[in-house]
Amino acid sequence: MRVYLDNNATTMVDPQVVEAMLPFFSDVFGNPNSLHKFGTASHPALRTALNQVYTALNAADEDDIVFTSCATEANNWVLKSVWIDHILNGDKNHIVTTEVEHPAILSTCKFLEEQGVKVTYLPVNEEGIVEAHTVKGFITEKTALVSVMWASNETGMIFPIKEIGEICKAKGVLFHSDAVQAVGKIPVDLQDVHVDFLSMSAHKFHGPKGIGALYIKNSQPLTPLFHGGDQMGGRRSGTLNVAGIVGMGKALELATTDIETKMASIRAKRDRLEDAILELPDTFVVGKREHRTPNTILVSIRGVEGEGMLWDLNNGQIGASTGSACASEDLEANSVMLAIGADNELAHTGIRLSLSRFTTDAEIDYAIGHFTKAVGRLRAISSSYAKVKPTPGGEVQECELHHHH
Amino acid sequence: MAKNDLLGASLWDAYSNKVTTLMNNPQHQGEISEEEAASRGNKLIVADFGAESCGDAVRLYWEIDPKDDRIVNSKFKSFGCGTAIASSDVMTELCIGKTVDEAVKITNIDVEFALRDHPDVPAVPPQKMHCSVMAYDVIKKAAGLYKGVDASSFEEEIIVCECARVSLATLKEVIRLNDLKTIEQVTDYTKAGGFCKSCIKPGGHEAREYYLVDILKDTRREMDEEKMKAAADAGIKGNFEEMTLVQQIKAIDAVIDENVRQFLVMDGGNMEVIDIKKGDEYIDVYIRYLGACSGCASSTTGTLYAIETTLKEKLSSKIRVLPI
Repeated sequence: MRVYLDNNATTMVDPQVVEAMLPFFSDVFGNPNSLHKFGTASHPALRTALNQVYTALNAADEDDIVFTSCATEANNWVLKSVWIDHILNGDKNHIVTTEVEHPAILSTCKFLEEQGVKVTYLPVNEEGIVEAHTVKGFITEKTALVSVMWASNETGMIFPIKEIGEICKAKGVLFHSDAVQAVGKIPVDLQDVHVDFLSMSAHKFHGPKGIGALYIKNSQPLTPLFHGGDQMGGRRSGTLNVAGIVGMGKALELATTDIETKMASIRAKRDRLEDAILELPDTFVVGKREHRTPNTILVSIRGVEGEGMLWDLNNGQIGASTGSACASEDLEANSVMLAIGADNELAHTGIRLSLSRFTTDAEIDYAIGHFTKAVGRLRAISSSYAKVKPTPGGEVQECELHHHH
Repeated sequence: MAKNDLLGASLWDAYSNKVTTLMNNPQHQGEISEEEAASRGNKLIVADFGAESCGDAVRLYWEIDPKDDRIVNSKFKSFGCGTAIASSDVMTELCIGKTVDEAVKITNIDVEFALRDHPDVPAVPPQKMHCSVMAYDVIKKAAGLYKGVDASSFEEEIIVCECARVSLATLKEVIRLNDLKTIEQVTDYTKAGGFCKSCIKPGGHEAREYYLVDILKDTRREMDEEKMKAAADAGIKGNFEEMTLVQQIKAIDAVIDENVRQFLVMDGGNMEVIDIKKGDEYIDVYIRYLGACSGCASSTTGTLYAIETTLKEKLSSKIRVLPI
């Protein structure tokens, strides 16, 4: 059995989505901008996809939902164009975001800082979220934009987007949310929640890679990131990714239809897995489960280094992830975990398990068995569980080796 | 950046079979108790290095025969990734049978080499080389405990890059000999900074005492100061004619560096000294123009005049500059 528990990284494309996309490769291949029938043949399917996305997010007809190549593009677009429109060509100079955003936000903010923009990175509480009153305290007259993720990719924790939206609206500050981990996983109602801009990506909800979107409330001005042939009403140039758009529409429709039932089913499996893991001694999970997306667990297993655990899980045909120091190529410690501030230890013992609607009960049983076995093996090797004490003078109290920023 | 860098590497696929095998089934994992060692008339040494909060920790056990200081048995415990566990395993294997003095000479390079399937193919990708460094550190610590001395007393030189074990003295020497100007060049020539990258500049995986950026900057500054001093000495003593050929070339280079070269470089050119021939009446300095200077009209008139006048003024009135 192979078990994929890394659905916050990417998801399997739903076979129904693949089926919907197939005609738009070799059959209906025309450029939608062309006047001839080869091009216009794609229009009904594009229209359907657009309707599917508007419906899924309860967006108003006055709003724009512009297809992009991915959420990274959408995030870059918002940050860089707000900088151009309101800082370079306006009287603002400040952006508020959080310490735990995806690199698509954090690296772009670092770039903007190099260009002279002031950026505030808000701290998170012990559950890993930014509280609305914290956001309120940092908005100034010079603030052009607040950008806060809807849900965390690492912990699954859901941020108080509705409250933050109200604060931004009252203060007259633009509000962007990177909703990559929320759209398709939990209800996102854009007439209930005030956001000016919202980023999303299809491959996180069983759609294809290479297609995402940016929601723009009331079709408000935002200088394009891509200039060219004025596709998407001039908002985003570049020949439309027809198959991708069709796939994204279908995927979002499938994900959000009867979403409460789907969430309950995923949550039941997630909770069962989580309960089984918490049966193991010296383990803890970040964030209350009712505050998380229903598919995510971030668990710390004392004495077991994250990459070592991934290795053993991989040997058991289980795909999971960790942002801990040794796993990623750049050897950085998990910034989200450090931001949560529990301790450095956690940053190296975290394992993220993320389910999808395709995860089965049999897979959960299999995963529980292998997880328990891996923890047993690695703790048997672990110095943290060794019994013989070091020779006097041979002890190490705490990390004297690495100094995390 | 180039074609091979565009798609991320598959980290685990770059491990040798030995690393994979030992991670899955370490041979020397376990503990030795005080009682066990004592029952055989041996001394037990247990040393820790690293901590969970570092992301890597290892505990090394040595059972030592006090008659000849020989390590008769060794075990380890490790909190770490696959490479850390495999490195610890090979480290204990390398220790067994050696005296404490011999074991102290084992470095992380030896550990990595022992993990290779093939002598020419690294056992781990560059960013994982760091995981073997702890093996070296914990051995020194264990030896220090046994001998009752500080672990640092086994260090004969200052190691700047632990992954590649490159010393401060080596770095300075290589920078000077090869006139290195960038960190990339330093890494190419010495391998320092090519692995976990912590030693390149502050803010990496771990804090270091010395960073390559500072060493390069300081060494370059020393080199510049020496050059200026040479130029000044030559000017003050006025003994250009008595200098050896090498000294003369150095003195000319120093004067050119200080007075002329920046203007040539600004226009996209440069020059180099090819040879010096001493005659009775003249000292002929043969130079070659580089870049935009070669073929530039001014290279045989204004620029040449400026070079010659400067050298005459600073070094010797006998100098005649001849472009070739």
